[in-house]
Amino acid sequence: MDHKKKIVEISGVNKVYGENHVVKNLTLDVCEGEFLTLLGSSGCGKTTTLRMIAGFEEPTSGTICVEGENIDNKEPFERDVNTVFQSYALFPHMNIYDNIAYGLKMKKVPKAQISRRVPEMLDLVQMGGFEKRFPSQLSGGQKQRVAIARALINRPKVLLLDEPLGALDLKLRKQMQIELKRLQRKLNITFIYVTHDQEEALTMSDRIAVMHDGVLEQVGLPREIYDAPATKFVATFIGETNLFEGYVEREDAGLLTIVTENGRIPAKGKGFKKNDIVAVSVRPEKMKYSSEKMTGFEVPAQVKEHIFVGAVEKTIATLPNGNEIKLERLTGDIEVLGDVVYPYWNLDDARLLKSPSDTVVKAIDSGETLENVQPAAV
Amino acid sequence: MEINQNAVLPVTGSGTKIHAVSRHKWKSNTLPALITVGPVTLWLAFFVAVPLVYVAVMSFCSIDSYYNVVFKFTLDNYARLLDINYVKIYGQSFLIAFASTAISILLAYPFSYLIARTKSHKKMLYYILVIIPFWTNSLIRIYGWRTFLGKYGWLNSALMALHLIQKPADFLYNRGTTILGMVYCLFPFMVLPLYTSIEKLDENLLEASADLGARKLPTLFHVILPLTAGGIFSGCIMVFIPTLGYFFVSDILGGGNADVIGNLIERQFQSGNNWPLGSALSIILIVITLVLVKTYQKCGGSMENFGA
Repeated sequence: MDHKKKIVEISGVNKVYGENHVVKNLTLDVCEGEFLTLLGSSGCGKTTTLRMIAGFEEPTSGTICVEGENIDNKEPFERDVNTVFQSYALFPHMNIYDNIAYGLKMKKVPKAQISRRVPEMLDLVQMGGFEKRFPSQLSGGQKQRVAIARALINRPKVLLLDEPLGALDLKLRKQMQIELKRLQRKLNITFIYVTHDQEEALTMSDRIAVMHDGVLEQVGLPREIYDAPATKFVATFIGETNLFEGYVEREDAGLLTIVTENGRIPAKGKGFKKNDIVAVSVRPEKMKYSSEKMTGFEVPAQVKEHIFVGAVEKTIATLPNGNEIKLERLTGDIEVLGDVVYPYWNLDDARLLKSPSDTVVKAIDSGETLENVQPAAV
Repeated sequence: MEINQNAVLPVTGSGTKIHAVSRHKWKSNTLPALITVGPVTLWLAFFVAVPLVYVAVMSFCSIDSYYNVVFKFTLDNYARLLDINYVKIYGQSFLIAFASTAISILLAYPFSYLIARTKSHKKMLYYILVIIPFWTNSLIRIYGWRTFLGKYGWLNSALMALHLIQKPADFLYNRGTTILGMVYCLFPFMVLPLYTSIEKLDENLLEASADLGARKLPTLFHVILPLTAGGIFSGCIMVFIPTLGYFFVSDILGGGNADVIGNLIERQFQSGNNWPLGSALSIILIVITLVLVKTYQKCGGSMENFGA
């Protein structure tokens, strides 16, 4: 991404509402023509960040630049960015034509040009011929298209989208995801897209910025975020994962032995030393298991349930401490329920993460479940 | 509940009507209907319909030489309404009502906007401050103004004490003071519908307008005012119509120099003792009211806006 021009630079931005520190020291660059997604659960500060770029909220500290120019003192109407609101925010008293023409009228664009550009824009979002309708006569998906057209007609430097597909049903949402992505590529406009839907983020984004509790946890390509989560939160939030928390017992040239509550597991990782508290994240599809202990993998699990989900089958197994893990296998190869198996994985498929929590270590030190290798009958 | 195939529930512009519910259903619903709707219907019949019919009938009656009402059909009462002196009063009424309405909007709109959009918890306090005077007798409040504006009232005393004027000025007994009194009395009626419509205004629409490059003033004219037009219009009706009839305000503050239609009616029923003529005037006032409300509905206004 470095070869591309930066269009939005957010540096050291904080937002505090009374007692709540909503956005914490956020620094993030967005490149020209990029589709960047701010991903996080509700209340993580992603919408607030978007609203600060739009100018509806003022950062408590820090600066936001668009094309190298500081926009902190600019009113929303002076900024070359446009927003697509979650609730669409179409003007109910204006027809579709007037809604879309609104931005151009405000900028005193000549009438002839407006009457040429509005139908063009409507065609682009496949809403040609809807000029005379009113927002109340449109379906949710149609309103969303109009909202996108109304923002895009102003040719913004950056388009901000606040969970634009949140109110649509699943099928329509999937279709709109692909359309939006196509539209973005075609127009080559920078999109900053807010969503809590990790699948949506993975489908559409060039890059994803994961936020949690006001903190930017990780920025990267969708594949990076999925395959190499930087924090425990990212690992659990993006896709399904199995976490094994514990501490480093032995470190030998990047090969580590981790003690967890349920037994020892091996791991690969640089920059870790003895007694570091860590979490090992393994995606369900990377998990294998055998009825014998594999070298180094000492965690037993009792097969609890098989769930059929189409091409693959998911197996849920219980660890001695009661936690559940998920495994994904091709359909057919079914273990008997209640059997004890030993999960293992290719060390390169697991992700070793620093864990800030020491509750796990306390549980291990109390040593209650460690000895109890055979799980209790379910 | 079983769906009755014969039941037709057409939804019309003016409301929902239930037609042709089967006979069996009608019978089983009769008692609950009588209990729930009955008392209200009786109340409306006795206190609204009967007096209205009485006034309507009265407006076509004659009087004898002793001013007794005689049940003899005549159109004289309506013919007399076209008397030039009456027409002048109608004109003056409309002028006063128009001015009062205009001033009320100009004062009430910013005020309502402020209390409707404020996020402070003082919102309710501001709202109550409007309502409280509303609970005090308006006659007393209007007399209060007379005390304040009178020849030896507080305003004159204060101005003279400050040597701004040499002798007491005549503030009272003109159209201006009457309009002042009308605005003062009817201000809450303007605030309540405005408040309701402004509070319903979606914040996102204002943000969308700013986002699309509209400054404060264009947002006001293109988004805020059109979307609160219902509240503005119902506020106007709620001020305009009573102004035509609030005779006590023009009596106390206008002193005969700023009569409204209400004064004409009051005079016929009191000193004039000509009830048929007073009734004809009342009917005209009712017709004006209905025409205004109907116009409001025709313009797409919702009657909900009248509620607070």
